[in-house]
Amino acid sequence: MTAETQRRREDIIVVRDLVKKFGSFVANDHLNFEVKKGEIFGFLGANGAGKTTAIRILCGLSYPTSGKLTVAGFDVYTQREKVKRNIGYMSQRFSLYDDLTVFENIRFYGGIYGLRKQEIGERAHALMERLGFEDARDKLIRDIPLGWKQKLAFSVAMIHNPAIVFLDEPTGGVDPVTRRQFWDLIHEASRDGVTIFVTTHYMDEAEYCDRVSIMVDGKIAALDTPDNLKKQFGAESMNDVFIRLARP
Amino acid sequence: MRPSIEVDRLTKRFGATPALDDISFTAGKGELFGFIGPDGAGKTTLFRILTTLLLPDSGTCRVEGYDVVKDYRQIRNICGYMPGKFSLYQDLTVEENLRFFATIFGTTIRENYDLVKDIYRHIEPFKHRKAGQLSGGMKQKLALSCAMIHKPEVLFLDEPTTGVDAVSRQEFWEMLRRLKEAGITILVSTPYMDEAGLCDRVALIQSGRLMTVSAPAEVITGYPLALAAVKAADIGILLHALRGYPGIHSAHAFGQTAHASFREGSVDLEALATFLEKGPAGRAEIARIEPTIEDCFMELMDKPGGMVK
Repeated sequence: MTAETQRRREDIIVVRDLVKKFGSFVANDHLNFEVKKGEIFGFLGANGAGKTTAIRILCGLSYPTSGKLTVAGFDVYTQREKVKRNIGYMSQRFSLYDDLTVFENIRFYGGIYGLRKQEIGERAHALMERLGFEDARDKLIRDIPLGWKQKLAFSVAMIHNPAIVFLDEPTGGVDPVTRRQFWDLIHEASRDGVTIFVTTHYMDEAEYCDRVSIMVDGKIAALDTPDNLKKQFGAESMNDVFIRLARP
Repeated sequence: MRPSIEVDRLTKRFGATPALDDISFTAGKGELFGFIGPDGAGKTTLFRILTTLLLPDSGTCRVEGYDVVKDYRQIRNICGYMPGKFSLYQDLTVEENLRFFATIFGTTIRENYDLVKDIYRHIEPFKHRKAGQLSGGMKQKLALSCAMIHKPEVLFLDEPTTGVDAVSRQEFWEMLRRLKEAGITILVSTPYMDEAGLCDRVALIQSGRLMTVSAPAEVITGYPLALAAVKAADIGILLHALRGYPGIHSAHAFGQTAHASFREGSVDLEALATFLEKGPAGRAEIARIEPTIEDCFMELMDKPGGMVK
């Protein structure tokens, strides 16, 4: 997206001076950033840098110590339930139930997100048709290929049409072809206006984001487009940028 | 090099699903041998059979000459195993975990301290912290220390770097190189293709079958096609355009660059540049490149049954 359209787009996540302390340990130290509607925002950092803490706060699962945050226009202190209804979440580790069928998983997540029975039926049908899964409706998740599982997990995380979807290492341990197909899905959702907030340890995937933030020791050490970050650090790849920042 | 691990025609099924389908390989004494493949490829099943935690359906496996079925007691004494899932005691401290593993193998931390000190000194400042409260990278270092404290002859590391950031991964591999110098055979699995280059030899595994077993450099020279890196304004449009070009066999994104492989006998970079410039992709930079392990893996995945061995 061009700089001009970027500026004109509305902010869907706004974070001002986010601080989160556990006892005397500062996990998030005055984070400031905003994410635009439809943007693919890469949230990177070393293990223990404070990414998970920040994501839990943005998802309404934990309170900040201080700071001002809105997610999809809702306040993370006073409107947590509204935040939760307007976001989707998917991780590679935990997404679908292996011993439930394709349809049962869709129905389960639809129910969790508070859809009515009729809505679930309609959306499940539309979803399976779009993915070409009609014949797999009653198959157990454990019996379908990994690439299908990924597509389904992503679609299920968006069954309630959220404004933002959080993807926590969605491609960890996935084969290289499926991993690339998954990024095609991410781009498609972003074109439809869904905001994507994604973490990854694959540095080539950082290049597919519109903007990338890199956390080091509880602070945002860098935040810009991949191209600008590479220029700023005189680096060939995002891997070089990451290593330079995280291993000073 | 005398063999340390010998696997001959190993098969393991779970119900009707073959987790390992007739696999054979040998790892030499002191070799750093990598299993590269995605989740569900069969890596963990193989490691569990070699560490005597699971019985094979057919085939034979030997570790340092011991049979995994008959001589499981001997194997357990000489192996260190770091499972993929963090399996230490979360409610014991760092030091208590290490002492526990030393004690059950009839040794002490002091006796083998030299072997683990390179790794353990990174976490020693936190030795009174509970294992459950460590960060991912520190947990990995503790798990490796615990797997090493009885001075094993063979180390099995099942996805030690999964979920670990790029910097800690690099540090972890530096530690493995040093352990290898101590003469320990190391079998390590990973889903990260870029780690293949750090092994002496690698086996690329997918759906329970070995696609190839060789030195990383040989995997790369075995790549059958000509490959080029292509860069244009928009990677999505570029990939689409490349896939529509008759001479192209495959096109995959590698960050902001596309890797395009050519059908045999049709490597004409100028013709491709002209084709792209006339279409929606626009002006493109094109250069011939050497494949990465990931290019090789995707090419091998393309042919089911296209195994080298």
